[in-house]
Amino acid sequence: MCLSRSPDGVSVKNSVIDRGGARHPLIELALARLREFVREPEAVFWAFIFPILMSVTMALAFPRGGTKPAIVGIEPGEGAAALREVLQHEPGIVIRDMPAGAEARALRAGDVHLLVVPATPPVYRFDPAREESRVARLLVDSALKKAAGRNDPWLAREEPLDVPGSRYVDWLIPGIVGLSIMGTSMWSIGFAIVQARMRKLLKRLVASPMRKREYLFAQVAGRLVLLAPEAGAPLVFGVMVLGMPIRGSILAMSVVCLAGALSFGGIGLLLASRARTFEAISGLMNLSTVPMWVVSGVFFSASNFPQSMQPIIRVLPLTALVDALRDVILEGAGLQGVTRELAILATWGIGGFVIALRVFRWR
Amino acid sequence: MIGVRCVNLVKHYGDVVAVDGLSLVVNRGECFGLLGPNGAGKTTTIEILEGLLEPDAGEVEVLGLTWQAHHRELRQRLGVQLQETQFADKLSVEETLRLFRSFYHRGRTLDDLFRIVELESKRHSWVGKLSGGQKQRLAVACALAGDPDLLFLDEPTTGLDPQSRRQLWALLSEFRRQGGTILLTTHYMDEAETLCDRVAIVDHGKVIAEGSPRELIATLGAPKVVTHQGTLEDVFVALTGRRLREE
Repeated sequence: MCLSRSPDGVSVKNSVIDRGGARHPLIELALARLREFVREPEAVFWAFIFPILMSVTMALAFPRGGTKPAIVGIEPGEGAAALREVLQHEPGIVIRDMPAGAEARALRAGDVHLLVVPATPPVYRFDPAREESRVARLLVDSALKKAAGRNDPWLAREEPLDVPGSRYVDWLIPGIVGLSIMGTSMWSIGFAIVQARMRKLLKRLVASPMRKREYLFAQVAGRLVLLAPEAGAPLVFGVMVLGMPIRGSILAMSVVCLAGALSFGGIGLLLASRARTFEAISGLMNLSTVPMWVVSGVFFSASNFPQSMQPIIRVLPLTALVDALRDVILEGAGLQGVTRELAILATWGIGGFVIALRVFRWR
Repeated sequence: MIGVRCVNLVKHYGDVVAVDGLSLVVNRGECFGLLGPNGAGKTTTIEILEGLLEPDAGEVEVLGLTWQAHHRELRQRLGVQLQETQFADKLSVEETLRLFRSFYHRGRTLDDLFRIVELESKRHSWVGKLSGGQKQRLAVACALAGDPDLLFLDEPTTGLDPQSRRQLWALLSEFRRQGGTILLTTHYMDEAETLCDRVAIVDHGKVIAEGSPRELIATLGAPKVVTHQGTLEDVFVALTGRRLREE
C-alpha cells in the first residue's frame, strides 16, 4: 500500500475534495437510511400494505354507490308474518332473522337497528342515541303506515347524492393518506435513530467529520423516496377501486404530501432527539400521534369538537395535512388554496428540525 | 513533534472522579499504549482526547491544535475506533465503508482500504454476518478511511481470537511504518509489548508509571520468578496490585 501523509499546517479546506469514489455524504447517508428501511420487511409492510388494507376495509364497509340498509328484527308473535310481508319489499330495509330470545341482545350489540314487536299499533324498540336506529324507525314507520292506508299529502322529488367525490369514503381516503404519511415518517425515523444511538453508532459518526445537520436531514430525505409509493398506494386504490375523483393537480397533491412528510420528519427527529430506548420513543410517538388520530378529522370531521378546542386542532400538523389533501383532491384546490396548511406544516417541520439539532443526544 | 499532549485532565461523573489530574505526551510517529484495569479512566481519557467529551479541567492539544479552535480540521485528520460501536447490520461492508469515506475530503480509495484490512472477499456481505474479527477490521478500516495522521483505538482487540488479534497487529504495524501515530488502550500486556513504543499505566484516573515496556520491566529489578523473564504483566500487578483481566 502506498500512502502519503499530509504535511503539517495544510488546511483541509483549501485542498480539492476527494471522496475516494463515495458520493456526497448527504447522499450516502440518505442511501444508507433508505437501504436499511427496505431491507426491513416489517417496515415495508407497515408503510405500503397497511394503508391499502385500511382502504379495502373501508371500501367493504362503504360499498360504492350503496347505502347502508336499515337492519330490522321482528319479534315472533301474532301478526309477525304480516309485518314481514310489508317490510321485506321495502327498499332500504333488511330483515334479519334471529333465534327466539336473542332479540334484546342483538339490539344492544347493534346487529339490528330496530326491533318491531307485532301489536296494534306495533311497538318499536330501539336506541334513540344511535343514528341508524332512528333512521330505521322512520323507514319502518313510514312503510307500515303506508301499508295501513296512509295518504301522503305530496311526494317530494328525490335527488339522491351518489356522485363520486361526495361520499364518506371519498372523504375518508385523503385522511388515510395523511395518517399513513404521519405514521411512517415518525415511526421509521424515530426507531432508526434510537437504534443507532443504542448501538453507539451515533457516537462513532460524530467522531468522524460528518456534519450533524446532514445526518439529521438525511434521515428525513431518505424517507422521501418512499413517499410516492406510500401515499400513492391508497390514492390509486381509491381512484381505481372506489372511483374516488382527484379534482386537483397531481403537482399540488405531491407538494402537499411532500410538505406533510417533511413536517412529520422534523417532528420525528425532535421526538427521537433524546430517547435512549425503544420504550421511550414508543411512548413519545404514541403520546403525540394518538391524539391527532382522534381530533384531526381523519375519520370524522374535526368540527365535531367544541369551539374552544378548534384553535388548537387547526394548527396540528395532521389536521393541516388532511385538510389540505381534501381541499386538493375533493375540491380541486390549487397550491394557493392551501397556503395556510402548507405554512403550518412547514413551521412544524422546520421547528422540529432546528430544535432537534440543538438538543440531539449523540452519545 | 507532538501528536497528543494533555495536562492535568480532570473529569467527574457526579461524585465519581473518572480522570484525576492525568497528563501525558504522545510523540508523532510513535505508538502509545494506555494500560489499566477496568474503571481506571482509560476510555474517559481517550474520549476527551478524541474531542467526544469535555474535560472538567485541564488542557488538550492534538497534532498541535485544540478542539475549541480546530474541531473540523482535527476530525478530518484523526481516525477513531470506539469500544462498542455496532455498525448497521443490514448494510454491506462496502456500503458502510463508503459512507465513512464520504465524510473525508481526502484519503484512500475503497479498494485500498479493503486490501489493507483484508476484507475484499466480504465487500458485499452484510455487516451482521461478519465474525467479531471481521467487524473489528471494518471498524479499523472506517478509522483509516481519511488516511489519518493519528489513530485512536479503544481496546481494539478485546474479545478477538488469537489469529484475528495478530492480523490486526500486523495492520497497525504497517500504519506505523508509514509514519502514523497511534494512541491505544488495551487490557493485554503482550499487545502493549508488541505494538507500543511507550506505555502509561493508569489507575484511579492518574498515570502511575510511564516509559517503554522494556524500561518498565527493568524498574522491577530482578525478576521475581527465576524461571521466566519479567513481563509487563508483572509490572502491572506490582503497581496496581491487580491483574488486568480480573474483574
